[in-house]
Amino acid sequence: MSAPEPAIRKTLADANLQLAIYNNTGRFKENRRKAVAPEKLPEYQKLRSQAAAVKRHTLDFLDVYLMQLEAAVTANGGKIVWASTGQEAADFILNLAKERGHNLIVKSKSMTSEEIHLNERLIEHELEAVETDLGEYILQLAGQRPFHIVAPAIHLTRDDVADLFTEKLGIERDTVIENQAMTARRVLREKFMAAGIGITGANFLIADSGAVVIVENEGNARLTHSAPKIHIAIAGIEKLIPRMRDLGVFLDLLGRSASGQPLTSYTSIVSGPRREGELDGPEEFYVVLLDSGRTKVLADSQKRESLQCIRCGACLNTCPVYRKIGGHNYPWVYSGPIGKIITPQFQGREKDPWLPFASSLCGACAEVCPVKIDIPGILLQLRREHSESPQGSEERTMFRRWAWLMRRPRIYSFAAKIGLGFLGRKPNSWLKRVPWPANRGPLVAWLAERDFPAPPPKSFRDLWKERRR
Amino acid sequence: MDPRDILFGRVREALGRKIGQKPLPPPEPLLRIRSEPAASKLEIFRNALESLSGTVTVAPEVAGVREAVEKLLNGRTAIASNNPFLAKCGIPDISGVTSGIRDSAELRNACVTAGVGITGAYCLLADTGTIVLRATPEEPRLISLLPPVHIAVVHQDRLLTNLDEMLSMIPRPVNASSAMVFITGPSRTGDIEQFLVRGVHGPGAVHAVIVSGKNPPE
Ligand code: SF4
Repeated sequence: MSAPEPAIRKTLADANLQLAIYNNTGRFKENRRKAVAPEKLPEYQKLRSQAAAVKRHTLDFLDVYLMQLEAAVTANGGKIVWASTGQEAADFILNLAKERGHNLIVKSKSMTSEEIHLNERLIEHELEAVETDLGEYILQLAGQRPFHIVAPAIHLTRDDVADLFTEKLGIERDTVIENQAMTARRVLREKFMAAGIGITGANFLIADSGAVVIVENEGNARLTHSAPKIHIAIAGIEKLIPRMRDLGVFLDLLGRSASGQPLTSYTSIVSGPRREGELDGPEEFYVVLLDSGRTKVLADSQKRESLQCIRCGACLNTCPVYRKIGGHNYPWVYSGPIGKIITPQFQGREKDPWLPFASSLCGACAEVCPVKIDIPGILLQLRREHSESPQGSEERTMFRRWAWLMRRPRIYSFAAKIGLGFLGRKPNSWLKRVPWPANRGPLVAWLAERDFPAPPPKSFRDLWKERRR
Repeated sequence: MDPRDILFGRVREALGRKIGQKPLPPPEPLLRIRSEPAASKLEIFRNALESLSGTVTVAPEVAGVREAVEKLLNGRTAIASNNPFLAKCGIPDISGVTSGIRDSAELRNACVTAGVGITGAYCLLADTGTIVLRATPEEPRLISLLPPVHIAVVHQDRLLTNLDEMLSMIPRPVNASSAMVFITGPSRTGDIEQFLVRGVHGPGAVHAVIVSGKNPPE
């Protein structure tokens, strides 16, 4: 069990990167705090409780709401595509593109599509799949994955973007951010007008209406679902909410928790292809519903709440670990506290057994989560499962030996004397290294980042004995 | 086996539920509806939209709309939707305004070249400064999206406090349109160093023209 140490050390040593992470997450964090403060949103706690209850209820009866959604989408003239794996989702899109003869696909930001490496799969088959969210576009050019689930490119500066645009687009180097954004507008506008297929994610799926709700600021998602002939929305099955009337609560929480905005610039409620007599809008509408590990999480009624997440990113911005190590040192596309709990559940514990342990359990994430996911509690459960698993045998043995020792005071005191003999007794000093022969394994790693007070000249047991005399 | 049945099978197994087993009732929806006098609603809307750098112009009657829009256009060309309310306000008669398009390709081209897009609005939401549009044969999606400036003309009757009030009036907005969009200020991005840039993909400027006074019948 060990963290990807060299990569983390590199992140920690990069002063510019540290500043970028700190400033960006700090601003999001502060904006959120102000936006949900009692003066601004007195009913905040009530909204959180309602959102958590609605999400929990939907998950508990997900089969029913999936059926409702299917019936409503079909009635609106759209089609549901059921995908157990990312491969199945990608295959559907590939076949559709081939059948309809479309080679150019525009995409708006979707963590679900990142999760299944949709772009890579499409590009492998010689389709052009273009990310259109400015941050995602930059990352696609750079060949990187999102650094943050809401603000994907916070680790890059205007200079990085200038270099990238010069290299990939062949334009003159320009470090003015407005100009860079306008370059992206120009390049991507052409793609929007030429693309045959638009792929969006979904922030919410509304069961009673058969609608997909997409929340954004740039307008690239609107272009993606309005301009091409075909609109495909791809979403995990956990994105459902029962009724249109539930939407207000979730919108009030999402924008504020993510960026402090009462409502983002654009919220689209899309429920099917264009209707009779309309001059624009897609002619075909598909909702790809993805399992890819979600039913595994659903089966555990205790950890089921992990699926309540609305991907606001607030837990990342507030997490002292994320704010130091950034998004690229987590093993999967979902980083931060939410990544820590869903990665082992979606991908299996083996993916990175250290993950649930890399937390101080400070609880900051649970405090800001708009749907009240008990992230620290779930981390503890994951730790317990790890220690009960075959991989946890070393730990189990250690604690078993410890327990044996603690129950035998004479042997304990003897062992302590020997141990202290090695460590030496220097009052008021700090141990920075473990002396031989204990300098091995976890102890060394533990002391590499921490100092430990040297044992005092007399142990508590000795002092106690003296007093009683 | 059918992928649909596989997925439903997995979901039911995970939840320990049988086909056709009834769910518990969902929590009561939390709707926040309050009454707000028209004048204060207008002020709330104005403050919200202006804080996002949008503008709000109030025209005391239909006759004043034309002047207000001409001023906003300031000589730029525009494409206007076929919303009857715009015709009632005399928008298509403004020089430089194209309207009455009934062809898809023509609409696209007009939207690509126009300096301004003019639409009506289904309603306005005061609390957030939001303009609600829905796609219909008269009100296409691209007019409020492709041109760099968007002007929405709407009667004050349609000014509501918030989304919950709208949904209490039309619980199933999808019945009337397959695409409803809430527009809250201009298009914006902060993706590079969190530096705010407006108009990255959608319009960089948004203007609401609100017609007060009596709404004459169509
Ligand atoms: S776990 Fe909660 S705070 Fe974190 S992204 Fe999900 S909803 Fe937001």
